Amino acid sequence: MYALIVFLPLVGSILAGLLSLNNQDRPAELVTVTGLLLSLLLSVIAFAEVAIGGTPVTVDIGRWIVSGDFAAQWALRFDTMTAVMLIVVTGVSSMVHIYSVGYMSHDNARARFMSYLSLFTFAMLMLVTADNLVQLFFGWEGVGVASYLLIGFWYKKESAHTAAMKAFVVNRVGDFGFALGILAVYVLFDSVQFDVIFAQSSLIATTNIEFLGQSLPALEVAGILLFIGAMGKSAQLGLHTWLPDAMEGPTPVSALIHAATMVTAGVFMVCRLSPMLEYAPFALDVITIVGAMTAIFAATVGLTQFDIKRVIAYSTCSQLGYMFFAAGVSAYPAAMFHLTTHAFFKALLFLGAGSVIHALSDEQDLRNMGGIWRKIPVTYAMMWIGSLALAGFPFFAGYYSKDMILEAAYAAHSGVGNFAFVMGCLAAFLTAFYSWRLLILAFHGKPRASADVMAHVHESPLVMTFPLLVLAIGAIFSGWLGYELFVGHHWQQFWGDSIFILPTNAALENAHHVPTWVKLLPIGLAASGVAIAVLCYAVFTGLSAKIAALFWPIHLFFFNKWYFDELYDAIFVKPAVRLGHFFWLRGDRDTIDGFGPDGVSALVYRISGACSRIQTGFVFHYAFAMLIGVVVLVSWYVLRFKG
Amino acid sequence: MAFELADILPALPEIILSAVALVLVLVAAYGGDGAANARRVAHLTLAGIVLAAIALLSMTSAQSTAFGGMFRADAFADYMKLLVLMGSFAAVFMSVTPLERDDINKPEFSLLVILALVGMMLMISANDLMSLYMAVELQSLPLYVVAAMRTNSLRSSEAGLKYFLLGALSSGMLLYGASLVYGFAGTTSFAGIAAAVSETDLPAGFIIGMVFMITGIAFKVSAAPFHMWTPDVYEGSPSPVTALFAIAPKVAAIALMLRLTYGAFGSIALEWSQVIMALSVASIVVGALGAIMQKDIKRMMAYSSIAHMGYALAGLAAGTHEGAFGVMIYMTSYVFMGAGTFAIILLMRRDGQSATRIADLRGLSKTQPLFALGLMVMMFSMAGIPPLAGFFGKWYVFLAAVNAGLVPLAVIGVVMSVVGAFYYLRIIKIMYFEDSEAPLDQDVPLANKLVLGVSMAVILLFFAGLNSIMDAANTATMALMAPF
Repeated sequence: MYALIVFLPLVGSILAGLLSLNNQDRPAELVTVTGLLLSLLLSVIAFAEVAIGGTPVTVDIGRWIVSGDFAAQWALRFDTMTAVMLIVVTGVSSMVHIYSVGYMSHDNARARFMSYLSLFTFAMLMLVTADNLVQLFFGWEGVGVASYLLIGFWYKKESAHTAAMKAFVVNRVGDFGFALGILAVYVLFDSVQFDVIFAQSSLIATTNIEFLGQSLPALEVAGILLFIGAMGKSAQLGLHTWLPDAMEGPTPVSALIHAATMVTAGVFMVCRLSPMLEYAPFALDVITIVGAMTAIFAATVGLTQFDIKRVIAYSTCSQLGYMFFAAGVSAYPAAMFHLTTHAFFKALLFLGAGSVIHALSDEQDLRNMGGIWRKIPVTYAMMWIGSLALAGFPFFAGYYSKDMILEAAYAAHSGVGNFAFVMGCLAAFLTAFYSWRLLILAFHGKPRASADVMAHVHESPLVMTFPLLVLAIGAIFSGWLGYELFVGHHWQQFWGDSIFILPTNAALENAHHVPTWVKLLPIGLAASGVAIAVLCYAVFTGLSAKIAALFWPIHLFFFNKWYFDELYDAIFVKPAVRLGHFFWLRGDRDTIDGFGPDGVSALVYRISGACSRIQTGFVFHYAFAMLIGVVVLVSWYVLRFKG
Repeated sequence: MAFELADILPALPEIILSAVALVLVLVAAYGGDGAANARRVAHLTLAGIVLAAIALLSMTSAQSTAFGGMFRADAFADYMKLLVLMGSFAAVFMSVTPLERDDINKPEFSLLVILALVGMMLMISANDLMSLYMAVELQSLPLYVVAAMRTNSLRSSEAGLKYFLLGALSSGMLLYGASLVYGFAGTTSFAGIAAAVSETDLPAGFIIGMVFMITGIAFKVSAAPFHMWTPDVYEGSPSPVTALFAIAPKVAAIALMLRLTYGAFGSIALEWSQVIMALSVASIVVGALGAIMQKDIKRMMAYSSIAHMGYALAGLAAGTHEGAFGVMIYMTSYVFMGAGTFAIILLMRRDGQSATRIADLRGLSKTQPLFALGLMVMMFSMAGIPPLAGFFGKWYVFLAAVNAGLVPLAVIGVVMSVVGAFYYLRIIKIMYFEDSEAPLDQDVPLANKLVLGVSMAVILLFFAGLNSIMDAANTATMALMAPF
């Protein structure tokens, strides 16, 4: 039964793929949606049995790789962490599947789209049920491929396939680190099996390893390498540049892959490896700092963007930063908690944005929106719920999880913890600000779209609003429902063996006993963020432009995303292209072709021409050649005999 | 010395052919002047060849000599003679109609061919310097004449004259070398020569004589640098004559080369293998490079045959049992590739005139797909693509060369066979991927179809019959190397 959860989407994907050959769109939609809903149902059962019931299961499927000492199994590991992820993945995925039926209704390759979506879901489920690092890597690459296919779904659009390639290439950088990390783990533990690794982590903690000519603590190296993989997939600062561009994909894709599930794979991996990372304190510090930096960085950029999806994308980036620094201060349950709640409200926001875009005839620029809240009330309400949850207003999902993270960061009582706390609070303020900026610009004020577009504004059909409603329920109640289970005093009972925290790293425990101002501060910051946004964009409408003009260098810096793209372009892309050009023109064409195929054939032609010229047609020339031949041969022997 | 029948019986096939030739002289002289007579003579010639082949096959292949030891019959002679007979048969068979169409079908053609054929067979059986020279001249003189057979064509006359002049020069070398060898060995019989010298007791004059003799025969083989007559003669002669030149005399000359080197000079293989190697490398390179620029397919085939002879000589250069074996496999495939290719060259006519530019093959795949397929098979085989016959020839020759330590030779051979593949494949490309301006004549004689069909079958199924061919070649090699 458990195996079905994983393989139903695969079956759906294959069937839809076959159906797409004949453009059988409706059957393809039916088969994939049914598969996902069944998978969701089974996931709920699995959650009840495994997580609530506390009975982890491992389903063995077969041998995968056996080579010498190395062995990797196909096995599905169902413990609490997997069960949580199953709910998140199948829940959001099934909603997105349904939503896509409506959203993509004008597209002529719906079967292909549904096939990709299900393929992604299969890969993601493979990832979260992995029993060893290699299988995790399989799922990891699988979601990468599906993401590539979906970002570039409208492959005839130049920007879409460029974005797809960018996502793929940037992820390769992270994957390289991940692969090195797996190798390092194999060198250290002689196994890639999670159970083996976790059992031996405490023993390996003091071992050193030779890396780049230095003798370094082995677990720290492995941890950081693995984290580099997580950075790529979860778009952390430095390897984040692909995520905003990935918004070129259809909006349901953004909601599923680039908000709720795939991008959280890095967080999942870090939490999954908690028994190992706990013995790598330096790696944890790195994770904390990178997470905190990402949180603040993405929030600042989000302030200035005008593309509705990009704003939400940067917000995703920022929220992922929260999850990482939570994991970094050993509050893995808090990270997983935020991952879960975030999946609901962020998917809600994205699908809501999709509904807005749909209503406005594919308009994505906030500057061309406004004044439509009366016309699409359901979407408007959903966006409110999503924003409230994101900003962390009391009793919405984000309130519980985000506050928990900030409290844990504070309670870590360490330098990096405090840094993360400060960054997190600032980011919380900015989050509230840009969320309401988005709401106001998109829905309120005077309509800035053309009259033609405004005439067409309509509420989305039920097939699109229903998933919004389901997700909204999650965005409202998941925090309240999950709080005690995930991060309450008895978190250990819930998570079982799937999360391990050293007793000395008691941030989560202490988070329940922080001063009251720490608990209140995020709410206050969020409220003030909202207030300022309302002031700037609703009350004094010219204010934001004036502030932007006043602080123009900072605004420009934020608006251009801290110039990361330009920086990478200058450091990596341009030199690589130049190098490629050099090798192509000077190396391949001039050297290899020049001396190789072209040179040789030219030479052969020249000699051949000479041969033909010798053939003069004069008999005395021929006789002369014969005599020369004899003379040479005879001389050869005569000389040899004399010598 | 009393005459005994047993003393001439081993030469029965040659005697039959000679008798047929004498009869044909009378038929040619008194049978009238027209084309009908020429056709009759040609058919009688074919019958004579078949008769000779039957005689050859029915006789024991045990080693025996005739004419006082000047003539040697053995399994090697049988093998090579059979190849020569088949090649000649194919050449004459295919020639009748094209010669008629060119209006040069005279009775003399078949007559001269049959005389040359006697010469070739005697070359293969030569066992003495005297019989060697006589056989070479008997083979050459009729061929000089047929090369110039199209008397109203300047090019044909020029070809005949060139061939004759250079042939005379090479005969001179051959004779001079023979006299030196005789002078130092004191005998003309191959057995005696082999016994007279050894690696340790080797007069320099003997070596010089040997080199001269080899170069004389190299002319017949058309090995570089004694090859220069080949392109001109191939191009200038009427196509049926070229077909004959390309197939039968090459086999006889290579056989004679084997006889001479393995027989008379068998005791000093280290010496002659160097000459052969030099000839081999030069031929392979000249053949491969020379062919590339050619526009006439007959000229291209001339270079191609130079290259083929170079490959055959590469096996010979090994100087081992394996080497001779490889040469025989090579020549076997060569006869069929040559016959098949010329079956198509002979049908290359447009508006009644022979059209032998390579460009004339354009679009053949559309107008005559079966012939295009046939030529493609031949070209692939010549390029040495497995599993066609040409591949096995090259394989055994290179194998022998490598096993004899001649790795550089094998490397040059393989590299040049890549260059060679270029012009073979170019023909395929022209046939299949270029459109013709005007199609070739569709009226193809039955003989060409038959020869092409048989050749294709042999080339394609070579690997299936490889074991029996190898057995025969192995027996022949053993006979070649057997002591006297």
